[in-house]
Amino acid sequence: MARDGGNGRGHPRGGRGRGVVGKGLGARVAGFLQDWSLPRQLAGEDVQSTAARSSTSERLRPRLEQADRVGTSICPFCAVGCGQLIYAKNGRPIHVEGDPRSPVNAGTLCPKGAGTLGMLLSPERITQVLYRAPRSRSWEVRTLDWAMERIAQLTKQARDETFAEKLPDGRIVNHTFGIGSLGGATMDNEENYLIKKLFGGGLGMLNIENQARI
Amino acid sequence: MALWDLANADCIIEMGSNIAENHPIAFRFVTEAQRRGATIIHVDPRYTRTSALADIYAPIRSGTDIAFLGGMIRHILENDLWFRDFALAYTNIAHIIEDGYEDPETQDGLFSGFDADIRAYKQDTWQYKGKTVPSSIAEHREQTKEQAGGDYESMTEGPPPQDLTLQHPNCVYQIMRRHYARYTPEMVERVTGCPKETFLKVVETLAKNSGRERTGAFTYAVGWTHHSTGVQIIRACTIVQALLGNVGRPGGGIMALRGHVSIQGSTDIPTLYNMLPTYLPQPNVFHDHATLAGYLKSETPTTGWWANMPKYAVSLLKAWYGEAATKANDWGYQFVPKLTGDCSQEPMTMAMMDGVMRGQFMLGQNPLVGAVNADFVERGLAKLDWLVVRDFAMTETANFWQKGRLIERGAAAPEEIDTEVFFLPAAMPGEKEGTVTNTSRLVQWHDKVCEAPGDSRSDLWFVYHLGRRLKELYADSKELRDGAIQALTWDYPTKGAIAEPDAEAVLAEINGYTVSDGEPVATYKDLKDDGSTACGGWMYCGIMPKKGHNVARSRKPDGPDGPGSHLGWAFAWPSNRRTLYNRASADRAGRPWSERKKMIWWDEEEGKWTGLDVPDFVETKRPDYRPDWSKRPHGMDALGGDDPFIMEADGKSQLFVPTGLRDGPLPTHYEPIESPVRNPLYGQQINPTAKLWTRPGNELHQPEDPRFPYVFTTFRLTEIHCGGVPTRVMPHTAELQPEAFVEVSPELAAELGIRHLGWTVLSSLRGEIEVRAMVTERVRPFSIDGRIVHQIGMPWVYGREGYARGAVANVLLAITGDANTSIHTTKALTVNLRAGRLTQLKREARRAR
Repeated sequence: MARDGGNGRGHPRGGRGRGVVGKGLGARVAGFLQDWSLPRQLAGEDVQSTAARSSTSERLRPRLEQADRVGTSICPFCAVGCGQLIYAKNGRPIHVEGDPRSPVNAGTLCPKGAGTLGMLLSPERITQVLYRAPRSRSWEVRTLDWAMERIAQLTKQARDETFAEKLPDGRIVNHTFGIGSLGGATMDNEENYLIKKLFGGGLGMLNIENQARI
Repeated sequence: MALWDLANADCIIEMGSNIAENHPIAFRFVTEAQRRGATIIHVDPRYTRTSALADIYAPIRSGTDIAFLGGMIRHILENDLWFRDFALAYTNIAHIIEDGYEDPETQDGLFSGFDADIRAYKQDTWQYKGKTVPSSIAEHREQTKEQAGGDYESMTEGPPPQDLTLQHPNCVYQIMRRHYARYTPEMVERVTGCPKETFLKVVETLAKNSGRERTGAFTYAVGWTHHSTGVQIIRACTIVQALLGNVGRPGGGIMALRGHVSIQGSTDIPTLYNMLPTYLPQPNVFHDHATLAGYLKSETPTTGWWANMPKYAVSLLKAWYGEAATKANDWGYQFVPKLTGDCSQEPMTMAMMDGVMRGQFMLGQNPLVGAVNADFVERGLAKLDWLVVRDFAMTETANFWQKGRLIERGAAAPEEIDTEVFFLPAAMPGEKEGTVTNTSRLVQWHDKVCEAPGDSRSDLWFVYHLGRRLKELYADSKELRDGAIQALTWDYPTKGAIAEPDAEAVLAEINGYTVSDGEPVATYKDLKDDGSTACGGWMYCGIMPKKGHNVARSRKPDGPDGPGSHLGWAFAWPSNRRTLYNRASADRAGRPWSERKKMIWWDEEEGKWTGLDVPDFVETKRPDYRPDWSKRPHGMDALGGDDPFIMEADGKSQLFVPTGLRDGPLPTHYEPIESPVRNPLYGQQINPTAKLWTRPGNELHQPEDPRFPYVFTTFRLTEIHCGGVPTRVMPHTAELQPEAFVEVSPELAAELGIRHLGWTVLSSLRGEIEVRAMVTERVRPFSIDGRIVHQIGMPWVYGREGYARGAVANVLLAITGDANTSIHTTKALTVNLRAGRLTQLKREARRAR
């Protein structure tokens, strides 16, 4: 992934700029002038290569070198399905870029896809369960386990109170209109499958819809 | 067609889509086609970056696409520009329709069979003469009471009657010529506002780039679907493409550019009310669906591939209900809930308002921004007992009780809202694994690379553990009604400290397996209707053909030397096929139409179909095979070796649709539900079968209502995506598009005294909003029928949460539905516009200073 390929590591004028610390003022100025890229550029060296280098730029490393893991992902926004590579360190994402192998995007990403890391690490992200009691003016933090049990109980209650086995004329319907579910187009196929299976096939819900309709 | 196949087109018409801005990476295949010499055309009400990069830009007034496409059909037919060898053999152009068929031309905009009391059609006069034709689309079979199944056995008695000389007055060719006779270039200009010279350039360019040697493609997006005639707009395009031979061939087709990462997947494996996984109809109590046998008989076409439906339905029931699904109990068929009507999102909003619904799950959807008539949605949410929102940042929907518009206006207070609200943080891509399906049916696996922070969990985790708890709560029930949840197979392995369910185990169930040994089925051809196989989604069969072999993980693209179908990159349903109906890429005898446009062909020596893609045909069926009608053939035996459209009951592309469409067998121009223009073509103003929910708060503007004189359309932005929250909390994209705006032409701005970046108020009978003006020549006034019609446009992606904020455009829009799909209209309604601010917001701004 290193941009400069195999010869990118060493400084073209190895040693220059080093060892100047602690010398006299004149030597320091001379060292600085030697390291400064502008004179070398003016002297005609390649702006995009050798003359762009300095002892500071030499220390710059791509952040993905720090990754301890890289995996294949798919851009989470539109339905084009661009391949992404997500780099992580200690379980946290540190870099997202287009997957160069993908015949869809060949390594490119649009502004949304290129900003994916900003979404994953957004300061606006909420990582705790929030609960708003009826008529309350504020959110409060609850545990995930408490919320899951409460949601299961409320789901069962709503279903039991609204479930219809038959129409008045005796025809079997086995359904409930008392609970609805919206969403799915941002999710995985496996997630959609379980939603339809549990809510539709298990609980008898019919009000199951997602963004594909709108 | 595959996305990358766009690069093989010789002409691309982008219509109803702003591909350069909204699908920028798909657009790279358009620019690649252009580089290779293709002509690129953009037909759109707004001048965008897509228009800027096109060779031809054709402006049209919002909602007049059928007039434009109908004009193309007329021009192609009247000037004999169609690909005769293709269309005569592969479409129903020569089929003869029932004598009783009457066209809108003779009925002032209505087809025969219309019942004004219920605003619905009976379709018996639209049939092939002497036949009852089944619809190939479950979704369309399911919509209405009047479309119960029929006697499809008539399809096995002989082929539909045809007149290959095209002289019969009721053959589809002659019907189409009469139907579109008045869609002349002059009429196109009168209705759409597009200069007729530009229109003619568009149609002639596409026709010139179609045929044996050349192919053309269309791209569309919600600019076509978000209308009361959305399905018919797309139908009109299919007629153009089938007439020109641009289907099932390299660089030919219609590319639907869909909006969300797995919106295709959530249609295939639907979290939708009217379908079971992979396009099986949800049972409906008003059809003959009381028993499994009745359901299968009335929903299974007798001829074509769909005759296999019983195998798919029984295998699905077996996957869901496992050992509890037995032959004796119809494989658990009665566990499946039955419909009594439309339960799509628009009626759901009404049901919330009316207090029918107690609880609601919002799983990554944000209807306070994304749904029309946002105030209605907000009132509905306030009536719920409970609301569960799963997202990764605060959404307008989750926060409605303290920051909603009703609260803002003082029309409600949190103390009065009883709704119990849960916000459960969601894991994001990279933090979970699974498959997503892109817009060209490509199913790609994504890895879990990092940990979701805090209590964030995948939706797989949420649904699995909710289901586990519910099964425990119902475990001891003796009630019959609880049999379904008790029977539901739910034993997915979990891993790690948080007990994350194994997504691959779920995918294996979708793929299907043999019940006796649990071994995966390799293809849907192995599925049975005797309970010996289980399969959660027959079209996804083959995605895990062997244990541990997940084809969606495959990452082997073709090299620069081709063939470019990239069969080694992920999985495309069905059967890893990249181009549907690719049998049409060869002529009747099985030879490619040309060397330049070859894809699939018949190999006589091998005795099978072969080529650059997986053939979409019975592999060994000879091109010269003809059904033996004396044997009353069923299924694929009833289709010839030259009938490529195998999902249709007679293997032909349907220019004229006998069954399945609620609003007519041929696309017809109706004005949008709200329009400042009278329909220049018919007395019938709007789609007579459009779904309307007129009630207080959702009133519609009458045609030519002087209070609401401007056409209003909505769009999204490259940087801000849909419901908006993910990109509005993303620092880079929020900074690039920080605030909402309305696009106004300089002419209208001058007329109304609106300054660039000045405040404006937009209003409708549903609500009013204020937003800053972007005065730009991207929006042009249209000259329609001799007078000026102004159009304005606004991004709908903003809201109150996140860094980038602004007014919610959907406040202005009414809840309406396309006749076939119940999709709302957002692209062509009417509003009023004035310079200034809303009094209350002005006061607040002054206070803040």
